[in-house]
Amino acid sequence: KKHQKKQKERKNEKGPSETEKDKTPVSLLPPPQPVATQKALPAPASAPIPVPASAPFHSSPAPSPADKPAKSKAELKAERRARQETDRAAKQPGSSSSGIKTKVPLSELNPVVKRLPEHVQVDDPAVVKRLAKKLERQQKGQNLGRNLERNQIPLRSDYGYKVSLFSHLHQYSRKAPLTQLLSIPSTVIHPSIVRLGLQYSQGIVAGSNARSVALLHAFKQVIRDYTTPPNEELSRDLVNKLKPYISFLNQCRPLSASMGNAIKYIKKEISNIPSQCKEEEAKTKLLTCIDRYIEEKIVLAAKAISKYAIEKISDGDVILVYGYSSLVNNILCEAFEKSRKFRVIVVDSRPRLEGREALRRLVQRGISCTYVLISALSYILPEVSKVFLGAHALLANGYVMSRVGTSQIALVARTYNVPVLVCCETYKFCERVQTDSFVSNELDDPDDLMVTRKGKTQLENWQDVSSLGLLNLVYDVTPPDFVDLVITDLGMIPCTSVPVVLRVKNLDQ
Amino acid sequence: MPGADKEADLTERIEAFLADLKRGGCGTGPIRGSGETARETTALLRKVTAQARWSSAGDLMEIIRKEGRRMTAAQPSETTVGNMVLRVLKIIREEYARSRGSSEETDQQESLHKLLTSGGLSDENFRQHYVHLKANVIEAINELLTELEGTTDNIAMQALEHIHSNEVIMTVGRSRTVEAFLKDAARKRKFHVIVAECAPFCQGHEMATNLSKASIETTVIADAAIFAVMSRVNKVIIGTQTVLANGGLRAVNGTHTVALAARHHSTPLIVCAPMFKLSPQFPNEEDTFHKFVSPHEVLPFTEGEILSKVNVHCPVFDYVPPELITLFISNIGGNAPSYIYRLMSELYHPEDHDL
Repeated sequence: KKHQKKQKERKNEKGPSETEKDKTPVSLLPPPQPVATQKALPAPASAPIPVPASAPFHSSPAPSPADKPAKSKAELKAERRARQETDRAAKQPGSSSSGIKTKVPLSELNPVVKRLPEHVQVDDPAVVKRLAKKLERQQKGQNLGRNLERNQIPLRSDYGYKVSLFSHLHQYSRKAPLTQLLSIPSTVIHPSIVRLGLQYSQGIVAGSNARSVALLHAFKQVIRDYTTPPNEELSRDLVNKLKPYISFLNQCRPLSASMGNAIKYIKKEISNIPSQCKEEEAKTKLLTCIDRYIEEKIVLAAKAISKYAIEKISDGDVILVYGYSSLVNNILCEAFEKSRKFRVIVVDSRPRLEGREALRRLVQRGISCTYVLISALSYILPEVSKVFLGAHALLANGYVMSRVGTSQIALVARTYNVPVLVCCETYKFCERVQTDSFVSNELDDPDDLMVTRKGKTQLENWQDVSSLGLLNLVYDVTPPDFVDLVITDLGMIPCTSVPVVLRVKNLDQ
Repeated sequence: MPGADKEADLTERIEAFLADLKRGGCGTGPIRGSGETARETTALLRKVTAQARWSSAGDLMEIIRKEGRRMTAAQPSETTVGNMVLRVLKIIREEYARSRGSSEETDQQESLHKLLTSGGLSDENFRQHYVHLKANVIEAINELLTELEGTTDNIAMQALEHIHSNEVIMTVGRSRTVEAFLKDAARKRKFHVIVAECAPFCQGHEMATNLSKASIETTVIADAAIFAVMSRVNKVIIGTQTVLANGGLRAVNGTHTVALAARHHSTPLIVCAPMFKLSPQFPNEEDTFHKFVSPHEVLPFTEGEILSKVNVHCPVFDYVPPELITLFISNIGGNAPSYIYRLMSELYHPEDHDL
């Protein structure tokens, strides 16, 4: 290839000096093209490389043929540069094909830029149109031969005035769930999925683990009721059947990172089913796979995490928890059963007030508890010896994505030198990276912020006032320097080791 | 007799004032703002000066001290009352010294030089009688009242020096001073305000509705989102209940979190506080610093089953150390927190600090 390239370049050298100017652009085109096709994967990195090679060619035909010796020197330099670049380019794909076993192939180190999910591009009208078309396409694929009068999976519309910093996110109202716009019975969407969507959007099923488990159970029901249509393969058709369900659930409430990982796992399992497998056998295999996933990744992981975490709880501790995390509650209950003497401070925040649920469960077990709101944090922290936090997801750059308010707790705890421990199962580890809480977040119903005190609701008519907006964030990201330790089912790791765990997981799969 | 009527009227007014103070400690803030409290206190003290029977400055100071002790005992967390009493005492000292003819201006501070050269305590017993002392004192108290009436406007006038256009400003809860400050700036500049609602009393809601009526772009956020949103904030402007002697603040709860988040993002923290909020107290008394209100605000009685088994706290104030504060804006201009001790020594006499 190198030899070919050199020949072509020499041809082009002679070309500009002999022929007219307008022929040169044509002759310049061939060299960039084969160079570009050589490098399939590291495309963004190498795209600019052919361009400088062609630029000197452009400049060289401009001066008159009288400056031949100077031209040829410039051309030689350009040719040398182009040769260096092709050498460099040839080396990169070459190293991946050399097949060193321990080294991860280049395609994994430089993955192609992922497409941005639709739910963070609400301000782009083209994306919204694309989503609507996708929904139509997905359900058309399900109803061959049946004509639908109207769109069965409607597009959910935003509600209320959105703060300008968040105009790229959806903001839905809880009073207008998507299920109201569906017909009964819905022919496109399985009823257990419809029920699940309603439970998500009303907040009946909330919490990362709960949502994933509910999703997996609903998918089990879908698989049980599924029959392969004739002339279709189960492995391909079932995946296509699941797509509109996932879009529907995404519209009811944006998918969490744990749900995303669970869906990826299911899709992989389905597509790995051999085509000669009988339908009944395939279905039982899938159901056992899902059961095993729940058992391993959630139930057993919780047990492993409790075992590690209990080592960190000593007698006389005052432990601070925030909101309701099923994992942290599990840990505290188990530690209490193992007769550790400690007391718990539950911090809660408006408008969700999830801490009350945690408080109820802890008090039922008999653990002595204190309850404050998050604004009283500076008052209560001097009493605290440890902070246990749950996580919604752990991002690849070490940031912890969790319920809004977690980063505040970590910040104030660090000021008072109180250790912060985050508990998270590995199935919540996510390959996304994020540095602030703005770009990718979820906006909850803004009406939740209203409160009636002494018979007066101050913000009752906030919609009528044009310059007033309410912001109800759901998640925020905590920087890794606020977190002292992450307890996972693989052990106790620092926050910055998350990409290592992800890599190990990917290699396993 | 007219004298007895006036006296009865005076005691009635004082009793009504004390009752208001006692009732106003329910957490949602006193019935009247601290500016009004200061003015009411000063007006009462002027009446006491005018009507009580006294012959020398020492007697007057004793009477004022007695009334002051009663008033501060009614609501210890309302420090403006005590501050005004101290101001009036200082006025009396100054007028006495002026009547005596000595130039008190140079003898204000307890400087090291003075301690070494004077040798022994100054034996001022304030026993001499001066004819015009009463009139002078009342005139000085009137000047103090005029100053108090103009504090909010003085602070609001400085708004344009601190706010540029297209800024994002964060504030916490409700402060009448900050409201006037922002409204004054909004007349000429366009900016965005984020208000943290400050649970459980949610006074931020009222602040947000007032600001949005003045056509300022306002957003209400929950307390939990303060750190999440802080990275996009350019300035934090807050009010406070008291400015302590070391330059720290006793402010509404949640302010310490805001201050820490602002320091983490290197955002300047500006406190708008008029001079009558400056108090000679220090924050080192753990037990007396905090004020608590009914935990019903935090965990309502509807959660009946667990209420008896759980400790619930509802503190009203937060301590903010002076290192986290960038600037104090008061009616006499802008100051750094490290200068507060000096201002305090100009306002109050050190011997009066313990009423």
